[in-house]
Amino acid sequence: MSQSRLIEIEQDILGKNDRYAAVNRRRFEAHGVLALNLLSSPGSGKTTLLCRTIAMRPNDLPVYVIEGDQQTSADAERIRAAGAPAIQINTGKGCHLDAHMVGHAVEHLVPVAGSVLFIENVGNLVCPAAFDLGEAHKVVILSVTEGEDKPLKYPDMFAAADLVLINKVDLLPHLEFDVDLAIANARRIKRGLRAIRVSARTGEGMADWLAWIEGACMMAGAGRVRAEA
Amino acid sequence: MHELALCESIRSIIDEHAARGGFARVARVSLEIGQFACVEVDALRFGFDVAMRGGPAEAAELHIETVPASAWCMACARPVTIGQRYDPCPACGSHQIQVTGGDALRIKSMEVD
Repeated sequence: MSQSRLIEIEQDILGKNDRYAAVNRRRFEAHGVLALNLLSSPGSGKTTLLCRTIAMRPNDLPVYVIEGDQQTSADAERIRAAGAPAIQINTGKGCHLDAHMVGHAVEHLVPVAGSVLFIENVGNLVCPAAFDLGEAHKVVILSVTEGEDKPLKYPDMFAAADLVLINKVDLLPHLEFDVDLAIANARRIKRGLRAIRVSARTGEGMADWLAWIEGACMMAGAGRVRAEA
Repeated sequence: MHELALCESIRSIIDEHAARGGFARVARVSLEIGQFACVEVDALRFGFDVAMRGGPAEAAELHIETVPASAWCMACARPVTIGQRYDPCPACGSHQIQVTGGDALRIKSMEVD
């Protein structure tokens, strides 16, 4: 006759993802690659912003892109047309990228030392917050056609971010969006969160965003590798 | 969807333990879920039943212990309890609050036979 017994597990449910993320992070650090996890709602202009970033980046800054979407390779094609190697991950029914998928994509992309790897996550402000991909920073993109209260509605994402980009600011004259209020709401969730106003269409604020990337490269050691190369 | 992904992770952890633990059936699974762990408990329960089908924990009872969030108020210089990430300090009303805990997402134990 079988007897019931209690087994202590004490194991993190996301432990497997976190182990893959740790491997990715070590690999990025060892190779001087700055990995940025870009997160937003669908339609915030992430891909357009990336295309503009690729066009305006310094000539000697290699850029790679991992595109996450449930379906289609349309975004990866747009990125390649803009001039950067890109790989598309289709998550199928999945609502987020995980560290294992990213690790595989990196094996195919093989980013060179001193480069920036943008990981464009699935458009979703909920689930991707919980899945570490091994990135150096999470960057949230909030467009001015959304609500100022989004940081309060989706606090986990903003709590995990190191930078928020307020995108589509060229549309502000046509809207009642209060940028200061949106930033104040984001800072209620995370004190001192850095915010940059950008327009991927007109190029406004892009220099500040690129300067932030260069700074993050230096911190990640990517700048050092590039300078020595 | 996110909760279903979590349930699939729970399933693979249970399968690993079953493979080396010498048990055939899990009667009860106990989880520890932080208040700020971005998990909807009802969706997790629904996903649990689906993800456990055909495995050792099919029909297992799911026990969820919710761990309250903890935070540190810099103005008061003491730990406080808050209900939401954007809540002010309940004592002084300041927003200078650092969340210090409440995002746990763990399998604590299993009752097996």
